[in-house]
Parts: sequence; structure tokens; C-alpha cells
Amino acid sequence: MTDSQPPALSCEDILRALNDYVDGETLSALCREFAHHLAGCNPCQIVVDNIRNTIRLYKDGEPYWVPPEMSARLRDALRRKWAERFPAASG
Amino acid sequence: MSATDPTAADPDLALAHRAQAGEFAAFEELVGRLQPRVYGLALRILGGTHDAEDVVQQTFLSLIEHLTDFRGETAVAGWVLRITANHALKLLRKRRGLPTVSLAETEEGYSDLPHPQYIAPWRDDAAEVASRREMRELIDQALIELDDKYRAVFVLRDVEGFSVKETAELLGLSVANVKVRLLRARLALREKLTQTLGDDDARVRPHAHHLLAPETRP
Repeated sequence: MTDSQPPALSCEDILRALNDYVDGETLSALCREFAHHLAGCNPCQIVVDNIRNTIRLYKDGEPYWVPPEMSARLRDALRRKWAERFPAASG
Repeated sequence: MSATDPTAADPDLALAHRAQAGEFAAFEELVGRLQPRVYGLALRILGGTHDAEDVVQQTFLSLIEHLTDFRGETAVAGWVLRITANHALKLLRKRRGLPTVSLAETEEGYSDLPHPQYIAPWRDDAAEVASRREMRELIDQALIELDDKYRAVFVLRDVEGFSVKETAELLGLSVANVKVRLLRARLALREKLTQTLGDDDARVRPHAHHLLAPETRP
């Protein structure tokens, strides 16, 4: 890796642009500058990639397992509430 | 995809309409579909405690109460998750001894953010890691260790897909503050997870600009 392209952006600028860039909001001047910076900055590329992976990890994770006892308690509570709220409809 | 995108075909809409018409079986089916997501959101906002069950109950009880108010402006799941988030946040504030609103208060800036330290590509694809049961604890633990105010932003925005604006409204924060807290959460989770999931052989040194003392703007 070379340092042929010294960063024109301050580190604060980079952090500020990072979020919008990860979210695909690349229209701002700062984001365009950041994209240009990324092309020459391997560590920044990896950080962007890491953050995208981090988000996917939480988003794509398996759903939480709901304990059956909890579902049963919920069902009872909802049945009671439904009968109160819609007395005519519940038979 | 936004959790509240009303334009996408909504798989829950037909059930919601049948429930609104008084069909309890349809309501129960809707609850069955949404319960894991509601439970997951409550667990994540609260940092994994048994209070999550209370939040799940409160959510669906509120749903019965307000069922007829639903007009389809948002996706059903988005509407329900918003109710869940409100209940969970209320509990969180109570736990923290805060009187009412917001995990809010001070606007945070970019100048004191922690910079990336351990920088390495991950050894495995995120989808592959997510599917491994033994990774679940690491992933959950990293989230639990985040401060409440950062965790809530990350969970609502990045996990559940609320927009930055919607997240700001739910939390009673400015959009600018949501953005900086989101970045803080993302950086903290990235750092922690990369220490375990990163390929040490491919580790790179931070660039000088990653190591510089944070600059302050005039």
C-alpha cells in the first residue's frame, strides 16, 4: 500500500462522510470527496466494508426464539383484552 | 427497505383488515407473524432482560386498543414496531430514572469520536457469520455492551430499517444527533466484531488520518 494520495479531508470530515456514504447518500460534496479519498485509502475501504458487514450481521441474523410459555401467556392476555374491547365479536 | 414503507406490498395488511373487521383468529395469526420481531426489538433496545416480555404484551394489548386507528399509512409491521419501540423506550427511561422524554439532551459532535483501531477485512461473509449459532452470543454481547442511547439508535435505524428522521422522532432527538450516535454505534460494533472476525493476516495499519488527534473546527 502506498501513501501516494495524502488525504485532503480532515479525520473529522472523513468520519462525518462515512455514515452518509455507508447509507448510500453519496450526493453531497463531502461524500463525493470521500469517495475520491476512498479510492486511494485501503484502510478506509476496509472500515467501510466492515461497517456494512456489521449492519448486515444484525439485520440478517436469525429471528429471536420466543419461548412457548411466553406465547401462551400472551395468547391468554390478548384473548381477555379482545373480549373486553370487542364484546359483540368474541363468541 | 424501510420498516414503514407503505408502497411495498404488505404481507400483513390483509390480516390487519380482517382483524379490524373483528376476526380474532386473524389477529392471532398477525401476532404470531410479528411476535419474533417485536420480541427481538424489545430485547435489543432493553439490552436483553426479562422486561422484554412485558413490552411484547404491552405492544399487542395496545394494538387491540388502537386497532381501528390503523389507516394503512405505513406498513403494519412498521406501525407495530413503532409501538414496541415506544413501550421499550419508556421502560428504559424509567429504568434510568429519567422523568419523561428523550434519551436525549446534549447534541454530540464528531470531534471526539473514537477512530478505528483494528482494521482488517473479515475472514467470512457476514451472511455466513450470521447463520452460525455460536456467533450469536458474540453478536448479541457486542450490542448489549453499547450504551443505551447508542444501542437504541442502531437498533431502530440499522436493524429495523426506520429512516433517520423516523428514528429521530421516536427518540425525541434531532436528525443530526441521530446521525452522530449512529456513527458512534457503528464504529464501536465494528471495532469489537472485527477483533474477532477480522483476518489478522490481512490487517492494515490505520492511515495517519485515522490516528491524528481529533481536530476541532474553529
